[in-house]
Amino acid sequence: MSQIKAILEKFPNAKRESLIAILQEVQDAEGFLSPDALCQIGEHLKLPSGKVYGVATFYNQFRFIKPGFYNVQVCRGTACHVKGSLKVLEAVKNELKVEPGQTTKDGLFSLEVVACMGACGLAPVIAVNGEFHASVAPEDVKKILNSYRSKKAV
Amino acid sequence: MDKQNNFGIPVKEKQPGRIYIYVGTGTCGLGAGAGKTVEAVKKYIQEKKLNAELVEVGCIGMCTAEPVMEVKANGKCRISFAKVSEDKVNAILDEVLAGKIDNAKPLYQYEEAGLEKWQSVMTMNEYPFFVYQTRLVLSNCGIINPAYIEEYAAAGGYKALAKVINGMTPDEVCDTVEKSGLRGRGGGGFTTGKKWKFARANGAGQKYLICNADEGDPGAFMDRAVIEGDPHRLLEGIAIASYAIGANKAYIYIRAEYPLAIKRIVAAIEQAKQYGIIGKNILNSGFELEIAIKKGAGAFVCGEETALMNSIEGRRGMPKPRPPYPAVKGLFDKPTIINNVETLANLPDVINLGFEKFSSIGTKTSKGTKVFALSGKVKNTGLIEVAMGTTLRRIVFDIGGGIGNDKKYKAVQIGGPSGGCIPEQHLDIQIDYESLKTVGAMMGSGGMVVMDEGTCMVDIARFFMDFIQKESCGKCIPCREGTRRMLEILNRISSSYRSKSTAETLQRFKGVVSLRRLAQVIKDTSLCGLGQTAPNPVLSTLRWFPDEYEAHIYERKCPAGVCKELLNYKIDEKKCKGCTLCATKCPVQAIKGVKKAPHYILEDKCIGCGNCADVCPFNAVSVS
Repeated sequence: MSQIKAILEKFPNAKRESLIAILQEVQDAEGFLSPDALCQIGEHLKLPSGKVYGVATFYNQFRFIKPGFYNVQVCRGTACHVKGSLKVLEAVKNELKVEPGQTTKDGLFSLEVVACMGACGLAPVIAVNGEFHASVAPEDVKKILNSYRSKKAV
Repeated sequence: MDKQNNFGIPVKEKQPGRIYIYVGTGTCGLGAGAGKTVEAVKKYIQEKKLNAELVEVGCIGMCTAEPVMEVKANGKCRISFAKVSEDKVNAILDEVLAGKIDNAKPLYQYEEAGLEKWQSVMTMNEYPFFVYQTRLVLSNCGIINPAYIEEYAAAGGYKALAKVINGMTPDEVCDTVEKSGLRGRGGGGFTTGKKWKFARANGAGQKYLICNADEGDPGAFMDRAVIEGDPHRLLEGIAIASYAIGANKAYIYIRAEYPLAIKRIVAAIEQAKQYGIIGKNILNSGFELEIAIKKGAGAFVCGEETALMNSIEGRRGMPKPRPPYPAVKGLFDKPTIINNVETLANLPDVINLGFEKFSSIGTKTSKGTKVFALSGKVKNTGLIEVAMGTTLRRIVFDIGGGIGNDKKYKAVQIGGPSGGCIPEQHLDIQIDYESLKTVGAMMGSGGMVVMDEGTCMVDIARFFMDFIQKESCGKCIPCREGTRRMLEILNRISSSYRSKSTAETLQRFKGVVSLRRLAQVIKDTSLCGLGQTAPNPVLSTLRWFPDEYEAHIYERKCPAGVCKELLNYKIDEKKCKGCTLCATKCPVQAIKGVKKAPHYILEDKCIGCGNCADVCPFNAVSVS
């Protein structure tokens, strides 16, 4: 909780225009936006928490459930689609046994579908905690995810 | 140094005898493993105790060749190598530093006066990927170190800004830009100089400039590459534009998905402040400028001007009806000009070259160059910049190297979810704002996705509709409800039939007939650009590939073999070992058979999910 306070202190006398920046910082620190965090942000900006929630739900970036230790992003941009990213997504879903937006039971992985990561020349792309994997074939998925599993185990 | 001419930025002298090793570390380079290459180069320099400098440059544009490493040493020209993974670093550096290249296969070399050329290596200007390009905006990308302002200044940077502030009135700048014929590169194609004049006409009060770097088009990455590879060019453009319209505060609205680009632009702003390029009383002219970064939070609609302003104000990014136009009443109700990254990055060249020379590039109505992100089923994917009026054939077959895997060209999707596709018979079209409209496409921001015969056009239309439907902000009904209905119609024709009743066939047929009318209504009545252009991908695929739609509707077949549910699955009796795996995985119990004997699929029960083909360990399930 003190984490949120520390972030809010960085924005003294903030007005509404800082709302999205605050939401982004809180999510970066905590991994997601908890109801409690939204209320605190609202209090700080003197905005009803409903308005804060309304803004947060509008944007794709914000999450409301705790993400896994590794956040797996599968790109579904046009270039990736043409190169077969749907099959890659299926493979990730099969491997992790979760749907996009969900976190695995052990809390290790969460799956997210993103519109485009801007690395179209390397399509299809998946990113794990911001680390890019280029030209991923459905067969490669297991190997990639296992490499993170073993990394965490060490 | 002459403070008045280039803000007193010192030129970093290149030491003679020093070895320079360049590695491309843009997002795509890093994705391809440039990080490890950098480590290997560092280790090499350390081990051999070389008088060498590692320079991390932006993206040269050849995504297929990443990671790219270039070396300049021993009085020889800078030479470039493709796909330099960490294990290849030592071998290549050994050869180049010994002055011979026997095994390493170089891409091209940069010609430079006073340096010895490598024998039998093409120069950059001869290399097929570059020979047809006209690089203005990208001229520094991949060549200079984006982390140092000195390198940008050494390449002629900030001269245009000094020229503007020292010797031109804001009106003169607007005039020059208008005469140059520069048009907005974000999609709309409105004349930039004209737009500025609207804002200038609004008195002397507080005004804002917004740089739109919210590159939401799936399949486009021009802005990212420019900001990562040459952030100071963008800052110079922003400063020129702010001076011209009389804004003292500029916002850069950039996608949060581009962490590296954000890092580079923040660092660039800090450096520019040190030299007094941003700040108070710039060059004693009384002009002041402050630049703030706003991170977008992932909403496609925020590329729309009014929605973007709402987002900066901390609201839901929904568009507002126009008028009032942003140039009259925009951000915080003050006159605001919103320009795309590429538009702004063109400004230094407009000033340096002069409007006559700038407008000599391009076609009658479209001046200058355009950056395209070439991706999809083409051999050389990457970032290219061509003069307006270059033909599509040149881009796909000469620069892009043609279609990979010996397949046939089918179409190019240009302009992302707002654009359309261009079929083979129009490959010779000259690309400019007007000619693209004649074939039902539009310039858009510059995403260019190449498709071959293995791509289903109905599937592409459905993909874009799905995207738009998810990204529609929900404010106006035509866009919110209409795109949903269009998606449903497309889903219906590309999913398998549950019954063979003629009623269902009739419904599918009726859906497609009303598709055009529905599209027209959405185009005419939507509030903002997102809705008004949303039906374009469907209309354009309907126009050029009606036969594919017909195959989906009447024959219930997907000619390209993409729409999974329309495929026929068969089990090869010779290959099937009767392991029963497919039968257990079939969600509708359409697979019958006894253990250790060949199984078979009940055609009328099969829904075409493809599970059986995925799980079969003997590849006995064939698809047709």
